[in-house]
Amino acid sequence: MGVGIEVTNLNAWYGTNHTLQDINLNIPANHATALIGPSGCGKSTFVRCLNRMHETNPIARVTGTVRIGDLDIYNDCKPVEIRRRVGMVFQRPNPFPTMSIYDNVAAGLKLNGYSNHHVLDEIVERSLKNSALWDEVKDDLKKKSGASLSGGQQQRLCIARALAVDPEVLLMDEPASALDPVSTSKIEDLIFQLKSQYTIVIVTHNMQQAARVAEKTGFFLNGRMVEFDSTHKIFTNPSDKRTEDYITGRFG
Amino acid sequence: MTEIRISQTQVLSEAGNPPGQGPANGAQPEASAIRTFLLSRGNSAGADRVFQWLMVLCALTIFGIVALIAMQLVYGSQLSWHKFGFSFFAWPAGFTFASIFKAVLDPNAAQPNYWDPVNGHFSALPFIYGTLVSSFLALLMAVPLAIGVAVFLTEMCPGALRAPLAFITELLAAIPSVIYGLWAVFVLVPLMREQVNPFLNKTLGWTGFFSDDNPTGLGFFSAGVILAIMILPIISSLTREVMLAVPHSQREAVLALGATRWEMIRVGVLRNARIGIVGAIILGLGRALGETMAVTMVIGNSIEIHRSLLSNGNTMASVIANQFSEASDNMHLSALVELGLALFVVTIVVNALAQLLVWAVTRGAPARAS
Amino acid sequence: MGVDRVRDEHKLKARLRSVIDGAATGLAILATVLVVAPLVAIFVYLVYKGASSLNLDFFTKVPKPVGESGGGMANAIVGSALLLGVGSLLGIPVGIGGGIYLAEFGRGTKLANAVRFTADVLNGVPSIVMGIAIYALIVVPQGHFSAFSGGVALGIMMIPTVTRTTEEMLLMVPNAVREAALALGVPNWRSVLSITVKTASPGIITGCMLAFARVAGETAPLIFTALGNTFWSVNLNREIAALPLQIYVYALSPYDDWHRLAWAGALVLIILIVLAVSLVRYVTSRGVLKGAS
Repeated sequence: MGVGIEVTNLNAWYGTNHTLQDINLNIPANHATALIGPSGCGKSTFVRCLNRMHETNPIARVTGTVRIGDLDIYNDCKPVEIRRRVGMVFQRPNPFPTMSIYDNVAAGLKLNGYSNHHVLDEIVERSLKNSALWDEVKDDLKKKSGASLSGGQQQRLCIARALAVDPEVLLMDEPASALDPVSTSKIEDLIFQLKSQYTIVIVTHNMQQAARVAEKTGFFLNGRMVEFDSTHKIFTNPSDKRTEDYITGRFG
Repeated sequence: MTEIRISQTQVLSEAGNPPGQGPANGAQPEASAIRTFLLSRGNSAGADRVFQWLMVLCALTIFGIVALIAMQLVYGSQLSWHKFGFSFFAWPAGFTFASIFKAVLDPNAAQPNYWDPVNGHFSALPFIYGTLVSSFLALLMAVPLAIGVAVFLTEMCPGALRAPLAFITELLAAIPSVIYGLWAVFVLVPLMREQVNPFLNKTLGWTGFFSDDNPTGLGFFSAGVILAIMILPIISSLTREVMLAVPHSQREAVLALGATRWEMIRVGVLRNARIGIVGAIILGLGRALGETMAVTMVIGNSIEIHRSLLSNGNTMASVIANQFSEASDNMHLSALVELGLALFVVTIVVNALAQLLVWAVTRGAPARAS
Repeated sequence: MGVDRVRDEHKLKARLRSVIDGAATGLAILATVLVVAPLVAIFVYLVYKGASSLNLDFFTKVPKPVGESGGGMANAIVGSALLLGVGSLLGIPVGIGGGIYLAEFGRGTKLANAVRFTADVLNGVPSIVMGIAIYALIVVPQGHFSAFSGGVALGIMMIPTVTRTTEEMLLMVPNAVREAALALGVPNWRSVLSITVKTASPGIITGCMLAFARVAGETAPLIFTALGNTFWSVNLNREIAALPLQIYVYALSPYDDWHRLAWAGALVLIILIVLAVSLVRYVTSRGVLKGAS
């Protein structure tokens, strides 16, 4: 089951570039939360701070507190530990090119040293079913490489890979921006399915997408969070002028 | 859709069970069992640190190798260095500059005994001379051709020819020195002996540089030719790389002014790439200076200095190859090691310089065309 | 009048420029022909000479004493294999480790730049100098020539090449693949070895092959480490025969039979090199990755 996320005074830098400034935010458990804003506003940096991927870049720096469930992820544990509890799906599908479909899904467990084949089989099947890919690939799980699938299938494979480690939170960084409309709608259906089980944070530049899948929406601009509220409120009656300008397409 | 819902409900209903139960039954695995397993894996910070340090250690090995070579060479050449000092790199004791000069110019004058293991007198002069002469002969022949080839390959070559030509270049750069030497002994040397040397003697003999009194076909000139053949692929492929690094906009800018193709190449490409091309040439020089086997096989291995380029000679590398395993006297060995040290220092400096010049073009912005 | 003259002059200049252009093109083509034709001739000659000298005895017999005909280079082939085995054991792991450092840990750091630079410079140090250093380091303390010392010399020469190709191949792996592994909570060492290195492995393997083929033909560093041997030996602690050494000795000998063996040996080395270079070409032209974005 998912857990909530509590962000306090989060600041992030790339070199001297102050990309996130004083972010405070409570993300509810077992719901989908969308983050919108023009490109370069810091929303991607924000989700990368939630599983400490931001700091994989040597010039990056973070201050502030992020609590996932009851764990203070910057003080109580190492990056590896928190990343096992927080799954991530990236903008471009990135299956492991040398691995079969099966090994791609099982990668998170196998590479962490898990070797019980019966259990792995079960988990691979369940994860692929949960990501609505099972029927399309069940016949050549071990024959085909992950890279041989179509773009939309690859992205669902990446979602299955993230689900296989049974995360509490699922971060999605513009998961449909590199996909065609049919694949996009499949991914959106999937998010709708999954949000009862996982806490989902989805970054998107597509406002319709945010409106379709998320209960809560946050609007980012120039490294600050301008407004965070229920999706309905954000899209119908935003309290900040800048949010309204963005929603109505007056800039960005 | 419904199927998915069902499987989810199952997962949810089992989530409350104690961990470990699912896998044991071989039934639906436990969600929480997976999580328990992953949580038990630790943060592997120790393993990560060990791994990183191992990799750093591997990288540092490269410095270690250079330091080790330098130490061994310096240590091994102590004996010779203490006895001869800098005069090792000059003429042997008892000879004046004038007497050496006379011996070089006059083929009939007696050659000084530069290298005398029996009496323990050693001078590197003939080897330095041989190394420089053979390398510069090689550059003289190889550079214009290599640049011509690079220009052709980057700017004029039809696409279909480019890949095979690049492949041949790469292949030839990888053929071992000893095989070039083998070819030279059986093909090049007879050719020089029968055709080229007599011709050079007839046409250019009056300069004194090509007096053909060497019946073997070996010598500086043959060494220069085989060296030229060996460094050609290196120079031309590096020149090509440097030329490719010149941005396309530079070419278009010149063409847009109504320049012909050659003017475009000269102004737009060669001028921008010239620092890198100089680097490529210097890298070729570095290879030529240290080239051992092929040179040893064709240079004739006589420890003399003659004006004629057709006479036998020796290089620093070739004398080491010839004498090192047979040198029994400590001073003789030490003198050979000192030659090696000199070769090491010179090639390090030459290669470092070349590398910096090539990097200046291929890594950063193109060299300024001022 | 004046206008005409200017136009004529302009025409003349244009003609001159196009003549120069043609001449330059001609010269470049001439240079290419001048270079490629003899080089191809050398290559064809080597293959021809080698192929006509190669027979089964070459691979199965040891050299006959001076004056007797026949014999082969079986001992030199085995010797080369042993030397290269020792060299690879030393050079490949260290080289790959160095490449991993450059591509995965050191990116953009001063240390990495220094390592890269030193590796390139070390690549240009004459192999005979490497031989002297190993002679002083191993042969002198041991008191005798040995296959082991020759192998170490070859291994050290492999390190810079393997390091640089490994780095290049690892840099071709998209960052997205690394991120995917890290985001799964996979430890860094595991992610580097099982994901990044594995993805780049075709390229790394061929890079190692290239380094292997290059040192397979090295003669100079073996002259006073492995020394050479006309008898059968597989003892790492004794002097040993090697293909390039044998080619060197036989080429300078006065016997036709030995010349024949030298050509055959050269062909064997060349085949090894052609294989390695073609493989590298194939792998790099195809990219190390199939279909990964």
